[in-house]
Amino acid sequence: MKVLMTEYLRIDLDAENWECRVCDHTIGSARGNYKEGLLVYNRDPADIHPHIIDPEKYRFTFCPDKDWVNILEFYCPSCGTQIEVEYALPGHEPLYDMEVDLDALKEQWSHREEITEVTIGPDVLGERQQHSHSH
Amino acid sequence: MNDKLSAEAVLEDQELVAKFLQDTTLFLGPDPDIMRHHDIMPCTDYEAECVAKHGDPHQMASIRDRMQSACDESYEMLEQMGAAPGAKWGDVITGIYSASGDLTIGSAGGVLIFSVLVHHPIKFIIKNWIHEPTVGLKEGDGFIHNDSRYGNVHNTDQSMIMPIYHEGKLVCWVASTVHEGENGAIEPGGMPSMAETPFDEGLKMSPFKVVENYEIKKDLLTFLQNSVREPKLQYEDMKVKLFACMRLEKRIKEILALDGPDALTACMRSTNDNVKAEVRRRIAEWPDMTVRTYCTMDSTLRENALIKLNCTLTKKGDRLIFDLTGSSPEITNRAINTALPGAKGMIAQVFLNHIWPDLPRGQAAFAPIEFITPPCSIVDGSVNAPNSQSLMSIFLSFTVAQHATAKFLYSLPKKYTRVLAPWYNMISTYIWGGMNQHGEMLGNLCADLNGMGGGARMDMDGEHAMAPIFASMADIGEQEMNEEDVPFLQLVSKKMTTNTQAPGKYRGGMGYTQIVATKDSDQWGFMTTCVGSKAPPIQGLFGGYACGAYPLCKVEDVDVYDVMLTEPERFKHSIVETMNEQPYENAKYSSHHMGMGFSLSKRGELYMISQGSGGGYGDVLERDPALVIKDIEERLLTPDWARKLYKVAFDDETLIVDEEATAKLRADYREQRKKQGVPYAEFVKKHVQSEPPKDIPFYGSWNSDLSVVYAGSNDDKRDPQDPGPVYFTNPKDVEIAALESELEAIRKKTGILPRDNRK
Repeated sequence: MKVLMTEYLRIDLDAENWECRVCDHTIGSARGNYKEGLLVYNRDPADIHPHIIDPEKYRFTFCPDKDWVNILEFYCPSCGTQIEVEYALPGHEPLYDMEVDLDALKEQWSHREEITEVTIGPDVLGERQQHSHSH
Repeated sequence: MNDKLSAEAVLEDQELVAKFLQDTTLFLGPDPDIMRHHDIMPCTDYEAECVAKHGDPHQMASIRDRMQSACDESYEMLEQMGAAPGAKWGDVITGIYSASGDLTIGSAGGVLIFSVLVHHPIKFIIKNWIHEPTVGLKEGDGFIHNDSRYGNVHNTDQSMIMPIYHEGKLVCWVASTVHEGENGAIEPGGMPSMAETPFDEGLKMSPFKVVENYEIKKDLLTFLQNSVREPKLQYEDMKVKLFACMRLEKRIKEILALDGPDALTACMRSTNDNVKAEVRRRIAEWPDMTVRTYCTMDSTLRENALIKLNCTLTKKGDRLIFDLTGSSPEITNRAINTALPGAKGMIAQVFLNHIWPDLPRGQAAFAPIEFITPPCSIVDGSVNAPNSQSLMSIFLSFTVAQHATAKFLYSLPKKYTRVLAPWYNMISTYIWGGMNQHGEMLGNLCADLNGMGGGARMDMDGEHAMAPIFASMADIGEQEMNEEDVPFLQLVSKKMTTNTQAPGKYRGGMGYTQIVATKDSDQWGFMTTCVGSKAPPIQGLFGGYACGAYPLCKVEDVDVYDVMLTEPERFKHSIVETMNEQPYENAKYSSHHMGMGFSLSKRGELYMISQGSGGGYGDVLERDPALVIKDIEERLLTPDWARKLYKVAFDDETLIVDEEATAKLRADYREQRKKQGVPYAEFVKKHVQSEPPKDIPFYGSWNSDLSVVYAGSNDDKRDPQDPGPVYFTNPKDVEIAALESELEAIRKKTGILPRDNRK
């Protein structure tokens, strides 16, 4: 059985591995940090958040200061999907962000049906549209 | 026998000592027994008896619905009649509390955190004033409160609290709270960034009786009016809050007449008990896991510094534990600290607004959640630390909670809301004050604080300038109405700020530009109070990006109203055009961080800011090209920037997407990522430093070591359990010291002595 953990990650409970949901690549042990199986790139903030006002003229430009924040991008090494992004302190280690208790997860899902399409939640917008009066 | 006598004597002594201490307490300060407790109170014998007698779920639901209606009705009263801008635009709430003080139901609209945190002052009243002969409690009394060390968020929010009686017996409490703004602090508007001690923050009202027999006591009212810049507003809104409480009382008396006090008590107790049990059941559905995240403040609102708010969220069984160890020590002479309940209350908002909005809006929905916080920290400040700008630390508390919980929620088979990226979390607005065009002294803020960009959702974009993180239903106001009372115009308003989105498969909702200039007063000024001009205060989710940075831009030495009369074409309707084209000759153009202390403005000088974007969700390469084009059409993105971010090929004239070329661009870019990315272990080896950057003042834990927190330099390491005070130097003194140092160097070089040493 596989559990959908994030938009791009799932855990194979039997093989005890993290997997990429886009290309099925095995990333690493689900008893460890999935990031250790990914590629990392330290992105220049100006590539994502442009200098709206001229950096030659002004100190604060709408672009984050790269001496004050790093944008760490984590890619699947097989398909290049951007699985996670971390806005990190410069030089700070990436976070071990999801430390799963795999045995508890196995026990929990032993009482559940496998889900292959993620559940979204109540269709609030749909309900609202159903009650609207179009002319 | 002797032993027994001796034990009795000891007991008697202890009782005497306890009574002596109680009778001779010199000051009833903030009570840790109340303030550190967020669980519902133990069930009393009477409550248990009532619950046993009234088991009909239909009757309980009926009473609960009428309580909800009463809260919503009184909320409407506050919003319609309140004089404070915060009241007009929904920064208010009403609630009904059990006889022990637990919030059972809050109004559906408004700022839930207020209600969640008003149980503290009610419990203070119960503990200290009911049996105090000089105070006492009776029907028709009303208590006022605003000091966050006794409850609630910051002392710009004032509450009116009223006991409800039935045949001489206390059955419950009601309260109404409004973000009043002005409170007599050292800066107008109620949220001074310049406060260096709690005594700079204006009125600090511990709960006290200001209403007897449903009448506001004039002597106390006059004292309060005399302590603030807006005496008329103080009076009007005290009356409004009192009448909202009286309407709640009326509705509760209708319930008492129909169902009786036992049924009402049973409803309140069983609602709280059932919600608490349901929350435990829902937590148990989450995966057992530890999630780590952090966010940073890049300023104290006085100077730039990197201040970490660290969160380790652990779920095990039906327990959910927020551990904020590793967060910065409190900044003892800056206003950005929070008292612990503020941080807890804000995290309660995550659950009640964004995770379980279907639950009754009460204290029980948050009761089972556990907290570990380091003492004297930015999230658990001491009573000596100012907290008038606690929004900075509590908003980051909200964000780390929202970011961490999303990683638990994704896998759940049943969800109560969509998983979403963190909301934008700063109040990008103008706080203002001075003499208005009618000769009245004012101090308050623009309701644009309520327009924060919504986080992107797992199946759709976030909504623009949607709602503040502290209220699910609040308005951003009609600027034209405000301009009847204030002497400035928003020359550009509600215009989205192009190219400032947080990208992703689904992008965050964006914010709008606000350009203001004073017109009809020479005694008027503004302040702005946000962090995030150098480093974003939020995170993205699952491969989505956070927002960018948002500065304050100013144009001085110009009167744009004169320009509009003579050369209207020179006026530019965006920050980018104004700052880059510099259309006004001889004007001074500058950008700043968003912590601008109160500064007087001159007629026609421009102050320009933008609200921020909610976080993005998912990989940008998965964004539907049609959504990219829609953003271009709506001028949220320029075509060039859209191409760069999202790798979409389209025709500049027609905006028709070339699907094939787009697929190739994206496939190529995936290959490029694989080349530019380095394996994790290699990256860590090259990138990770053992200590924080040397040239940036940093506060908080570094890497995964939570046993030490830094306090401004790598030589200043503290014990997180006993960090001691942290003081900043006044920025002007820092500047003077730098200038003196330069001057000293020049003197040495030229031989010019200081004036007093000349012969």
